[in-house]
Amino acid sequence: MFDFSIVTQWIDALLRGCMPEWGALLIEFVLIGVVLLLLYTLIALALIYGERKICAFFQCRLGPNRVGPYGIFQSVADMIKILIKELITIRKSDRFLYNLAPYLVILASMLTFGCMPFGRGLQVLDFNIGVFFIMAVSSIGVLGILLAGWSSNNKFTLIGAMRSGAQMVSYELSIGLSMLTVVVFAGTMQTSQLILLQNRGWFLFTGHIPMWIAFIIYLIAGTAETNRGPFDLPEAESELTAGYHTEYSGIHFGFYYLAEYLNMFIVAGIASLLFLGGWMPLHIGGWTAFNTVMDYIPSVIWFFGKTAVMMFIIMWFKWTFPRLRIDQLLHLEWKYLVPIGFVNLLLMVVITVFGIHF
Amino acid sequence: MKKVKIKSIPYGDFKDNETLEKIVEELRANGTNVVTGVLDDAINWGRSNSLWPLTFATSCCGIEYMAVGAARYDMARFGFEVTRASPRQADFIMVAGTIVHKMAPVLKRLYDQMADPKYVIAVGGCAVSGGPFKNSYHVLNGVEEILPVDVYIPGCPPRPEALLYGMMQLQRKVKVEKFFGGVNRQEQKPIEEKTEF
Amino acid sequence: MADIEKKITTFLPEAVFEAGQYPTFTVPAEKLPALARYLHDEEDLQFDNLVALVGVDWGERLGVVYYLNSVKYNHWVILKASTDDRKEPWLYSVSGVWQNAELEEREVYDYFGIRFIGHPDMRRIFLREDWVGYPLRKDYDTSRENNPIPESNEESSDTTESFVVGADGKIEKRIIPLFGKEDYVINIGPQHPATHGVLRFRTSLDGEVIRKIDVHCGYIHRGIEKLWEGLTYPQTLHMTDRLDYLSAHQNRHALCMCIEDALQLEVPLRAQYIRTMMDELMRISSHLLFFSTLCMDLGALTAFFYGFRERELILDIFEETCGARMSLNYNTIGGVMADIHPDFQRKVKAFIELMPSRLKEYNEVFSGNVIARNRMIGVGRLSREDAIRYNTTGPTGRASGWACDVRKRTPYALYDRVKFDEVVMQEGDSYARYTVRLKEIEQSLRILEQLVDNIPEGDYAVKTKPIIKVPEGRYFKQVEASRGAFGIYLESRGEKTPYRLKVVSPGFALVGVVDHLTRGAKIADLITIGGSLDYVVPDIDR
Repeated sequence: MFDFSIVTQWIDALLRGCMPEWGALLIEFVLIGVVLLLLYTLIALALIYGERKICAFFQCRLGPNRVGPYGIFQSVADMIKILIKELITIRKSDRFLYNLAPYLVILASMLTFGCMPFGRGLQVLDFNIGVFFIMAVSSIGVLGILLAGWSSNNKFTLIGAMRSGAQMVSYELSIGLSMLTVVVFAGTMQTSQLILLQNRGWFLFTGHIPMWIAFIIYLIAGTAETNRGPFDLPEAESELTAGYHTEYSGIHFGFYYLAEYLNMFIVAGIASLLFLGGWMPLHIGGWTAFNTVMDYIPSVIWFFGKTAVMMFIIMWFKWTFPRLRIDQLLHLEWKYLVPIGFVNLLLMVVITVFGIHF
Repeated sequence: MKKVKIKSIPYGDFKDNETLEKIVEELRANGTNVVTGVLDDAINWGRSNSLWPLTFATSCCGIEYMAVGAARYDMARFGFEVTRASPRQADFIMVAGTIVHKMAPVLKRLYDQMADPKYVIAVGGCAVSGGPFKNSYHVLNGVEEILPVDVYIPGCPPRPEALLYGMMQLQRKVKVEKFFGGVNRQEQKPIEEKTEF
Repeated sequence: MADIEKKITTFLPEAVFEAGQYPTFTVPAEKLPALARYLHDEEDLQFDNLVALVGVDWGERLGVVYYLNSVKYNHWVILKASTDDRKEPWLYSVSGVWQNAELEEREVYDYFGIRFIGHPDMRRIFLREDWVGYPLRKDYDTSRENNPIPESNEESSDTTESFVVGADGKIEKRIIPLFGKEDYVINIGPQHPATHGVLRFRTSLDGEVIRKIDVHCGYIHRGIEKLWEGLTYPQTLHMTDRLDYLSAHQNRHALCMCIEDALQLEVPLRAQYIRTMMDELMRISSHLLFFSTLCMDLGALTAFFYGFRERELILDIFEETCGARMSLNYNTIGGVMADIHPDFQRKVKAFIELMPSRLKEYNEVFSGNVIARNRMIGVGRLSREDAIRYNTTGPTGRASGWACDVRKRTPYALYDRVKFDEVVMQEGDSYARYTVRLKEIEQSLRILEQLVDNIPEGDYAVKTKPIIKVPEGRYFKQVEASRGAFGIYLESRGEKTPYRLKVVSPGFALVGVVDHLTRGAKIADLITIGGSLDYVVPDIDR
């Protein structure tokens, strides 16, 4: 299996060979930043197109098909349009916070995006508290939403923001608990280590029952965390027009739009990292021949493949289920998911201590 | 003369090409800078293929408008499907239905809330001219009394095909427009008001 | 009938009896509230349902006509009250007896300027507060200079007025607050995706919980009733399709029937068959749209497309025969406009065959979904008494256990010849309203099945005179439209234009019940309740 760290190390060595260390580092920072931003936009555009096509497929429609073959440039057209739209300033709003909010949302999803292990040796941030870091930075996003709702000076956005605050803070708990379950099982928080540990078999299979429970809780909570249907209350179109971003226009709105899709990618990516082995091919303990064949498929394809499957499931949710009501949403979290999560964590501890797993 | 192309429909099949050609002639009268011309084309390509409507309907035409969004007519094909409920994020407003005196200030306000560049399509007899209610004491004789209209779609209500045709006409109009120095005019900043919370 | 006359004349000797379609009594204005209470409470009368409240300008007198019906006995009575003071007309309110009178009396105030003593909320309902004049009065100046297009936004007052008779016999004005200073009031509508048109709810919130809703109508008030007074009878028909555009056939059926009754015109059997079938097709298409929009309001976007998919099939059938998809203009005085298309029967049969499997699909996708059930069951519960009190007919009333189907109570067209069940449920919540509609689709299919193969040969319309003059009199006809009893009140003075033509629309009563149902519910419930009531705004505003 190709290790991308060969490429990165070669670039690193090349740069260090012709300039001082700080210069090399600076160039690497810029390089990585640019690459990440590019990747971020590309993935978001692809996702927006994908979602529109998939929902059209669910709804017996065709979906975009006028720009480019099968309409693949649809989201590019949208991007151009949204970039040149007027940015509206609102009277009697908190100008500074109003303009800051979309960047906070983007910042949160960018930081989490940096932790994604896209392939073997293809990871920007990897340190010993990786999982912890992901959880910490991903919760900055809620700040952006709360600020957006408050600073817009609009009653609808305020309700949307309050809903969002209640929802995201609650569901973060479930996400944390299910992540913790994995950490207990693996014994490490470092993302690269987590993936290497799944060499023998993905956690979802080796960790059996408690891991499945954690996986399902994670999926539900993750969908809620991204504000997507059936948990899209903060921007519930039929209730709050557009929720917390009602007053945003142009690229500011575009940021929310992008972040929504990217967050879905991140949630799916973390799911594949924690439960489905990240970029690790499908290995079954003992089947050496099978494992070697699987290794021929590049790691990047494995990662994006798994993530795509997860994203498809999340989209499937959205286009099938009706929306929950706010009290039902909180009931689900506090009366079901959290207690189950705690018990599950305990179960995992028992299983790990006594070694009752594959 | 530059001709606007809409995928899979020949230029001659569209009605009222003269108006469009007149617009082009006027815009190109002073010549066009090559760079901005090319940029204009790219931007207009994006704008015309990504026109997001505002969810706005008052009466019968609104149901036909929903039918356009539904599976048989599927306006998503043209990139119109992202109907925004917030006027800030919409590109054009389809005035589908009768506009009455009580609604007029509300509609005007909705239009003012939209971000530039913005367009208006008058759908159906009522929005075009007042339709069957022209003589009523409470009905506007066409939405043009309060808003600048870009495309008129007659009918009571217009068929979904007519709605799609009207939207394509809007696409064509967007495509010939000049973005720099044309549509992209700078609006004055709103007057600051001292607020006390 | 003699019994009703005797009882009323015994209770109120001043009441003047007059025979007609139903027994009619002219009552002195100040005696009306007492008589209303008596008619409502008396064991043998039980007029618990105010079907219509029609304001009329009789030239020198301004007045109101009340149509009362008893749910238990299904007998009718008409009351008339009037005043000769055109400058300061006063009548007495009956909103304490029949709740739906509250909105209806506001409408009369809006149209004729008659103020009602004892009414809790005497504001205009359709027109703006700064509107000049009362449009339905015969001497109203309809010129555009009289009321130019307003440029300013309307200010909504937080208080309302109410008038009572004081101790000294004088009328006193009371200011009643609608919203307090500490209320968090948000505007839902007029442009809002879930209000199904341009309706405005001023909603007072406590967090997510709704404290009170103040409904504002009139954002699509087109003045149809005034327009009608200047149109000949065949011309009036065209407006009905644009009232409740989802019950176009039924609405027009009602008006045609009313005029035919007045002219004593016999409609050919073939036309009756066609009318009945078209009504049922329309009902199915309307209920399909209801399903679609309710699903969309609740966030299940995919189900929306399924409902529309089947609706297109019905529109195809309409299009072939009527030549249009929505504004059908099909019924006419004395029959229908054109004969059915040769493909009509084949397509209807194909549709009858297809639909049950699609209904099953709807149930799988939406009705059985746990989230959908949680969102609807127990939400917006309307009791049977309240349904009658608010006069919420149609599927809404039937979901609350009130068997109010006009097709069964006073059969018209062919409804006494076909077999079908009146779907009645007892729960009265949003889920019951939803289920009633889905089941009514099945019943409509059953009616279609019985009729489609038996359409008799013959004329599809009788020839009428080029100029139709309806004989002098007062006529009232009801049909079961898609969302309730749709009534037409016609008062003629023997001319070629109607003297007063009023629509008693089911939607108006439905919107009156919104505040009652949403008290203490969440914002999301308002959407569910609004969606399940399924009002159409142009039908409310007219």
